Amino acid sequence: MKTLIILLFTVMFASALVAQNASERGLEIAQKAEEADLGFGSSTVELKMTLKNKNGQVSERSLFTKTLELIEDGDKSLIIFNSPRDVKGTSTLTYTHKVGADDQWLYLPSIKRVKRISSNNKSGPFVGSEFAYEDLSSPEIEKYTYRFLEENGDLLLVEQDPVDPKSGYTRRIVSYNKNLGYRIEQIEFYDRKNALLKTLTYSDYKLYKEKFWRASTMRMVNHQTNKETILNFNNYNFEANLTDDDFSQVALQRAGK
Amino acid sequence: MNALKKAGDVVNTFTKKWAEFIIKFKWPVMFVTAVVAFGLASQGKMEFDGDYHVFFSESNPELEAFDALQEKYTKDDNVILVLTPDNGDIFTKENLKAIEELTAESWHTPYSSRVDAITNFQHTSAQGDDLYVDDLSYGSETKSEAEIAQIREIALKEPLLVNRLISENGSVTAINITVKLPGEDSAKEIPEVMVSVREMVASFLEKNPNFKVHSSGLIPLNTAFFESSMRDMMLTMIMFIVVVITTLILTRNIFATISTLVVVIFSIVSAVGFVGLLSIKLTPPSAVFPTMIMTLAVADSIHILITFLQKMRTGKMNKKEALVESMRLNFMPVFITSLTTVIGFLTMNLSEVPPFWDLGNITAFGMSMAFLFSTTTLPALIAIMPVKVKIREDKKDEENSWYTSLGNFVTQRPVTLTIVSIAGIGLMTFLATKNRFNDEFVNYFDQSVQFRTDTDYISENLTGIYNIEYSVSSGESGGINNPVYLKKLNDFEDWLNQQPEVVHVNVYSEIARRINRSMHGDLPAYYRVPDNREEAAQYLLLYELSLPFGLDLNNQINVDKSETRVTVTIKNITSAEMIQFSKRGEDWLKENTPVEMHAIGVSPTLMFSKLGFRQARSMVKGTIIALVLISLVLLIAFRSLKFGLLSIVPNVTPVLVGFGIWALYKGLINTGMVVVFGMTLGIIVDDTVHFMSKFLRARRELNYNSRQAVVYAFQTVGKALVTTTFVLLAGFVVLSTSTFALNSYMARVTTIIIVAALVIDFILLPSLLILLNKKHDKALEPKLQADFQLVEKNKNI
Repeated sequence: MKTLIILLFTVMFASALVAQNASERGLEIAQKAEEADLGFGSSTVELKMTLKNKNGQVSERSLFTKTLELIEDGDKSLIIFNSPRDVKGTSTLTYTHKVGADDQWLYLPSIKRVKRISSNNKSGPFVGSEFAYEDLSSPEIEKYTYRFLEENGDLLLVEQDPVDPKSGYTRRIVSYNKNLGYRIEQIEFYDRKNALLKTLTYSDYKLYKEKFWRASTMRMVNHQTNKETILNFNNYNFEANLTDDDFSQVALQRAGK
Repeated sequence: MNALKKAGDVVNTFTKKWAEFIIKFKWPVMFVTAVVAFGLASQGKMEFDGDYHVFFSESNPELEAFDALQEKYTKDDNVILVLTPDNGDIFTKENLKAIEELTAESWHTPYSSRVDAITNFQHTSAQGDDLYVDDLSYGSETKSEAEIAQIREIALKEPLLVNRLISENGSVTAINITVKLPGEDSAKEIPEVMVSVREMVASFLEKNPNFKVHSSGLIPLNTAFFESSMRDMMLTMIMFIVVVITTLILTRNIFATISTLVVVIFSIVSAVGFVGLLSIKLTPPSAVFPTMIMTLAVADSIHILITFLQKMRTGKMNKKEALVESMRLNFMPVFITSLTTVIGFLTMNLSEVPPFWDLGNITAFGMSMAFLFSTTTLPALIAIMPVKVKIREDKKDEENSWYTSLGNFVTQRPVTLTIVSIAGIGLMTFLATKNRFNDEFVNYFDQSVQFRTDTDYISENLTGIYNIEYSVSSGESGGINNPVYLKKLNDFEDWLNQQPEVVHVNVYSEIARRINRSMHGDLPAYYRVPDNREEAAQYLLLYELSLPFGLDLNNQINVDKSETRVTVTIKNITSAEMIQFSKRGEDWLKENTPVEMHAIGVSPTLMFSKLGFRQARSMVKGTIIALVLISLVLLIAFRSLKFGLLSIVPNVTPVLVGFGIWALYKGLINTGMVVVFGMTLGIIVDDTVHFMSKFLRARRELNYNSRQAVVYAFQTVGKALVTTTFVLLAGFVVLSTSTFALNSYMARVTTIIIVAALVIDFILLPSLLILLNKKHDKALEPKLQADFQLVEKNKNI
């Protein structure tokens, strides 16, 4: 009897330890990935977004993105729309926060005004694409809880559960490549009813400044609607040396012109 | 005449030999037929399909148009949960909290892609250049009285919500769950959704007993179809009991009853095998096949058994002789009536509604097997079993005297009866044209079905269940932001809202107005569509950026931003009014908008509305084919052009009378009833076949004149016809208790037609036979003396 109890406790302790280890290891991997990307400072990139429905009909948008790395808080980003024609010059400025809702402003050239959007909603589709805004914003460690799942060759699979109750997902499973700077190879998104919703695949990686891996292609497939969106990144520039001034409301207005 | 007689002799010898063969090899015959029946049964598989799409053939243009619309936006079905709190006010802290929780829970529904409720409605408001987009009520339990009052005010003024998700007085609300079924196996997916929703509602009610929940939508509709198939399948059990009782009463013999049951069971299990082999998925119309087959198969057996027992009861024949004689007399009529029934059911293949193809084919197969078993298993079983009867000569005469008097009654006044019948039929035919088509799918279910009562509740208290959708195109990529397009769309919205049938309009122009207002500091003056294309496009971009998961505009705006979807919710109106309304909308677009904005109305509601009309058109063809084929069969069977053509009268007129009486009873006909023409034709033709064959036999073999032949026919088949009519009535009365109107209406009108057929075959047919054979009778004049004595003498032939 005694041995049984001891055994039982050992098992419970062990499983608790494993659980502890799994979440610690998951967090550790996410942190390593963040560290690997630390110090890029700022970057700009051209982005072409191709939306496909299941019949293969295609719609395109083109954007220009500037990003500024911040250490204490989340990154700042500026997105400028070049097409479709009707929204050319429309720009968004986002301050990502590690905790709480992000700040977001939008410049509308048609009325030449900056509007601040106060919304907790980051889970909706980004300009009709299969990407949610939350899929595109900078991946801050604090936004998820982690659980290491398995090691599969070079890949480390980590389950990440969003902290935000308004997230569209219950969890996502991220595959990190441990030998290539912990770059992300694939993410699977599970919706609120825990069914596989989308798969995002990163490809055509390039190494910039011998440190920073950037995928030239990101392909998001929605398994429930059979729609997909492909992002093509061109002309990554890590030498723009952007500063806070490039991410102000004034800069936002200027960017759209 | 000689050649004809020869042919008749050939049939006689063949059937005699057949019967003797079966009696001789009764055990092997029994064994082989059992192996056939259960061999087929082993392949049997009963699967149900409740998806409403099964009612539409793939080439159905309304379905194609609807699918095309769904391709452009999102392809989805829904469950609408309607919540009524006891206190009559949605806007209390507790009630809003409960709704919020149920909304959150609804996201866990399998295949769900979107959940709309008043609490998660994306409310936009503005303060200067700050734009707020948020759930109308989030974290309701923390709200103050003032905040709740404000939420109430916003909700009850919001065009997108009122009459859709909230009633005008704020006492009833709805949660609409949109599901996107993968469509791989609807028989599995639909119940999966429904089970989950039912569990969720049950636990919600447990926690919130102050709420009432009613559910409707396409998924519950599909479930209702599914469940009504199963229920109608259960009618088979009732029918079984009815068969046992009927056969017992009619034959007053336990062995006859047992053998009838064996034939019926063999026929049904064979048909089940057929269903499995062809992997047919059963639907409400086709799920009644066991009852159909049972009804029709019993009629076959009864004919053979009654003659057999009659012969035995005379005491003049032993079992074997009586059996051979019964087979000789009934083989051809049973063959012909089975053949015509099979033809009648096979014409269902020309129907527009696939479930009726299945019903037609399964029943046709079952009937063929029933014929086979009635002429093999049945005599073999009778031969095997120790059948004993009481000999009672006297009683038979008494029974028959009724039919004799009826025969005499008819033969004495053929002219009067013909005129009266034709006048009656004429009147009924006129009335029959007064029937109107109505395929409101909600009314497919009677008030004992929860889907029906829930849906009625929702229509009365919150919103409509029927809708029509238009996909209005701008003709160019991004063109929905063109102010010209937006203004026209807005005009269309206004026009729709003025129509008396309209309950709610969901259209992009409303969203455009709302965003425009928010972009101008919530000033009511800006509650109009933007008047600049870039402005409209950029506002839309901004709005879309602020929407949460699942509440995007992809279900209303296509990817290219060239088209938007207009969803009009309509009151409960009839099919004809629905079609007319949809047309009015199309016409308005034609008259008031540029050509690229012209659109056709589509929706499941409209698909069902048009189904009856399509079905009617296709079944006209089917009925004509059935009529021609069946008349041809009779023509060959009677070996006479004249009688073949004459048979059309008693075969067609009962249907007219049936629908005439129906006009007085309901006046509304649905898709299910249209198949009745071909189907009943095959069934009621039996009466004519039996009556005319006996009439002709009397004339040809016994050289009777028409009057004598008519009386002879009455005496020989009068009872059998009444008997089979009784059996058929029993079967269709059982079916008419179905809760599913496509089946119950069809069964009810069929019962009327079956009775009408018997009356016409007893009144009009003999009158016509006499009137049209005057010439022939004149030739027989010399022999005409003392005809009644003759008839008396030959009664038992």
